[in-house]
Amino acid sequence: MEVLYLGLSHKTAPVETRERFAVPDAHLGEFSSLLAQAPGVREAVVISTCNRVEYYAAAEDGAEGLRTVSNFIAEKTGHAPQAPTFLELKSAEGIRHLFRVVSGLESMVIGETEILGQVKKAYQSAQTAGATSRTLNKLFQRAFNVAKEVRTKTSITRGAVSVGSAAVELAEKIFGKLDACNVMVLGAGETAEMTAKALQSRGAKAIFVSNRTYERAVSLAEMLGGRAIHFDQWEREFDAMDILIGSTGAPHAVVTNAKISPLMTRRQDRPLFCIDLAVPRDFEASVNDIEGVYLYDIDALQGIAEQSMQVRRQELVRCEEMIERHVADFSKWLTTPHHGFGGASGMQPEGAK
Amino acid sequence: MERAFLVTSTLCFLAGFAYAMYALGAKVRQPSRWNFVVMLTGFILQSGFLHLRSGEVGRCPLTSLFERLVFLSWSVVLLYFVVGSTYRLSLLGMFTAPLVFLIQVIAQLLPGASLPAVRKASLGFWPELHNAISLVAYGAFALSCVAGVMYLVQERHLKRHTLNSFFQNLPPIANLAVAVQRMMLAGFALLTAGIVAGFFAGHAAAATIALAVCVWLPYGVLLILRSTHRISSRRIAWLAVAAFTLALSTLGALNAVHMSN
Repeated sequence: MEVLYLGLSHKTAPVETRERFAVPDAHLGEFSSLLAQAPGVREAVVISTCNRVEYYAAAEDGAEGLRTVSNFIAEKTGHAPQAPTFLELKSAEGIRHLFRVVSGLESMVIGETEILGQVKKAYQSAQTAGATSRTLNKLFQRAFNVAKEVRTKTSITRGAVSVGSAAVELAEKIFGKLDACNVMVLGAGETAEMTAKALQSRGAKAIFVSNRTYERAVSLAEMLGGRAIHFDQWEREFDAMDILIGSTGAPHAVVTNAKISPLMTRRQDRPLFCIDLAVPRDFEASVNDIEGVYLYDIDALQGIAEQSMQVRRQELVRCEEMIERHVADFSKWLTTPHHGFGGASGMQPEGAK
Repeated sequence: MERAFLVTSTLCFLAGFAYAMYALGAKVRQPSRWNFVVMLTGFILQSGFLHLRSGEVGRCPLTSLFERLVFLSWSVVLLYFVVGSTYRLSLLGMFTAPLVFLIQVIAQLLPGASLPAVRKASLGFWPELHNAISLVAYGAFALSCVAGVMYLVQERHLKRHTLNSFFQNLPPIANLAVAVQRMMLAGFALLTAGIVAGFFAGHAAAATIALAVCVWLPYGVLLILRSTHRISSRRIAWLAVAAFTLALSTLGALNAVHMSN
């Protein structure tokens, strides 16, 4: 039995091409089932995300199986899959590719974990549709174990790799859970909006937006489900804030040491996390010297994101070593004489088609 | 046999610390599970030592500075198991291990530490309760000191933007501030109970009560200042370290009192 792969990803195809071959989530099971019933293919799993469309199959004859998959794609999408947009892989190469995909090594942001959930979902759809049997069941179960091992034994998923996620990570290192944290955005820049959204997605209690143009503050506050405040009144609301994001277009510092120091004494030792995303900066650098205040500007946040990315890149070698071990182990299992049909769901004898 | 228990437990705490350092350097995630296993083994061996020792001295093994220090390190590890899981302070074990290791090494290097135990008459229920509870309180103060050190390390990382793997593994600074305060409060409550037990003990515990009050008062002041927000988390972390150093010094003073008697 051979494991086959035919697919494209963000590495080989632009979004205009990817969207032509994309399969809606609701049809993944059906596509897998139809492919598994095609001549020359025994089992199939179809994965489709915004960054990749991948067909995995198990077949007795690799060359025939790949032809079948290729014809199937052409028939279903109206576009013939062609190299180099589509990649064809067999046996160990196909197995390795799946292990790399679920571990996040093939992702746009190395180490991202969303792909694992997407692959799990696609596999479950295929399994429910009866498109998988012993080989792919074993392969995907092993892939999920590999992903878990890679994630827990290396730092491939660690650290924040964007300004927004770096801000969230820091906020969690200061406050723990964010569900009691109030966030104030000064200005209405795009990065500030994204950062506020990232904080909100991690449970921040409330978002307040203050901008020189009040209408813009209202608009952003509505988008974030928060409250708009007139710019000359933000200091009144300061006591209740835990995270202050600066993103104004002011040519000078809006938040100064002299302004914050007396306000901090009223906060009863609650820490304050200041995120300065503006250029020129909105916060005076000496604000970081105030006890209980932690100030990070755009360079510091980008530095953290880049540092995490570098750590992830360094971890690639360790991840690949782990994956290689599993690829060899699985390939060995695949070629052992006792490997064959039986025991898994959806199995069917060769002559059943 | 008892000595073997003590030496092995000391090595366990050294191993716990060494592994945690290695895990941090190698960027291994969740070193706490290994810490836990090593700390638990060390704790069982400590308990074995104290059990055998109490059989030999015929009462709670607090008859010398050596025994008191071992009992203190046992209290620290006991409280670590209670508190570590409650606050999910994953690195508390790593910070606790070297402290316990240090205390036990000092205990074993003390003059007279290697002498065989001498059977002594029981002091009675109240004096022994007073001594034991007071030392468990010191254990809580030790953990408050450990959490204080963790707070200061984490604060330094946050202020200087040095976000290394040490930083990644340390708990949030707000949780550490709470842990410092709560461990201090727990120690204070235990020491209060110890002092009350001491009053029931009468003259037998006069010296230890006096020394306990010397520790009880500063911690009381710190807690009042903290609860009224007159002192920052950073300062309370520094003072938790300083106050525990004071508490440790009273153990030496207590030994001097016993020797002079």
